[in-house]
Amino acid sequence: MPLIKFLRSTVGLKIIMGVTGAALFAFTVIHMVGNLQIFLGQEALNNYAQMLHASDEVIWGFRLGLGAVAALHIICAVVLTIRNRAARGSEAYAEYAAPGASLASRTMAISGVIVAAFIIFHLLHFTTQSIDPSFKELTEIHKGVERHDVYAMVIKGFQVPWVSAFYIISVALVSFHLSHGIASCFRSMGLTNPAYREVQEWFGLAFAVIIFVGMAAVPAAVLLGLVKL
Amino acid sequence: MSTSNSMTFNIRIWRQKNAKTPGKLVEYKLDGISPDMSFLEMLDQLNERLYAKGEEPVAFDHDCREGICGMCSLNVNGIPHGPDSQVTICQTHMRIFKDGQTITIEPWRSTAFPVIKDCVVDRSAFDRIIQAGGFVSVNTGGTPDANALPISKEIADLAMDAAACIGCGACVAACKNSSALLFVSAKASQLNLLPQGKAEKDRRVLKMVEAMDKEGFGACTNTNSCEAVCPKGIPVTFIAQLNRDYAWAMLKGAAAEPKATVGGA
Repeated sequence: MPLIKFLRSTVGLKIIMGVTGAALFAFTVIHMVGNLQIFLGQEALNNYAQMLHASDEVIWGFRLGLGAVAALHIICAVVLTIRNRAARGSEAYAEYAAPGASLASRTMAISGVIVAAFIIFHLLHFTTQSIDPSFKELTEIHKGVERHDVYAMVIKGFQVPWVSAFYIISVALVSFHLSHGIASCFRSMGLTNPAYREVQEWFGLAFAVIIFVGMAAVPAAVLLGLVKL
Repeated sequence: MSTSNSMTFNIRIWRQKNAKTPGKLVEYKLDGISPDMSFLEMLDQLNERLYAKGEEPVAFDHDCREGICGMCSLNVNGIPHGPDSQVTICQTHMRIFKDGQTITIEPWRSTAFPVIKDCVVDRSAFDRIIQAGGFVSVNTGGTPDANALPISKEIADLAMDAAACIGCGACVAACKNSSALLFVSAKASQLNLLPQGKAEKDRRVLKMVEAMDKEGFGACTNTNSCEAVCPKGIPVTFIAQLNRDYAWAMLKGAAAEPKATVGGA
């Protein structure tokens, strides 16, 4: 079976990692743009949140799809990491300089695990609102209809200094993971050639910085009191 | 040789009796080394002295000593082929090291390249990958005209860049995952790019990747270590090319077993 051959090969699994990584990156960009609407005020952010939650079918379809993409990315990473460790062998180099390799490229598994842990915390914090259940009671009346006040929830959430600090450190790690990951996606999917290589590397680094600035801006602004209720 | 110009080194080199016994790094003090000696000539000096003392000389692979055969394979101070860029260790000279420096010499490390003795590893895994698809099938017939197959300058140059691979295995040795993808992609692309190799392209890519995985090499995580140590400067873009060729071959269903057609066998 060709598909089984594909799923068994290191190249096939890396292609899956590239495609799923690119999808997760695209989601991260959209998520960041959505977050930044907090700077447009309560009305704008809550309208956006209401729009996203307008249809259960759409949001659950999206959540399941995204979850499946993330799961595929993680499963391939685990399988490949085990195979890569086995390939390296039991006898380690007494000296190993890892020539040419960036720190991010050598620590993708570690940064990946930390990013996954952060995402779980983030979902429990703002999506299921299990960490602080009082978030569920934050509502506002908009045009005579009661709706969830996401604006108030985000501000209340990030007014806790350790939470904001944790988010800022975590998005720094997301950006560290992306600083290698974005360019690596292109390569794994086979979309790199000598003409595009440098552009893709700059694109990856630029977006790693953009994601950090865009994502960290929200907790930083709340902590500094630039955005308040 | 003038002694005023001679260098002294503290050599830490991997000694291992055979594939079955565990090895260890052994230190040797080596003086009277000329800065103009090649790295392997320095090891020859070490072996002469060990031999004179009745000790077993250090085994290491070497052949042409001109940087084109791909036999020499030493990891020097943590870098395959040593600190000099785009040269093999046989073409590296002692003048690039500091007098009195400690030099750590180890064999390639990879499950697919088991140590046979001292710094000699078994690289026949590469031969089996070539046997799986790194060739073109040439059928008998008249000699084709040299200009019958037009090949653009750009493609010819690219194929030559890939063909520069000497199969030394430094890419595997440098990679944190022991991935052989720079070697495999160069060996596949040198043929895939040219009209003579196109006919068997899909089959070649699939077979070589399958053979590579079977040998136990790891996956490519795009760290660029292979490219940094490659004595021929083969770029990692060939790996992306192979990934693309592999994906296409899979999409076309080239991995499926051929079905018997009407009137066929």
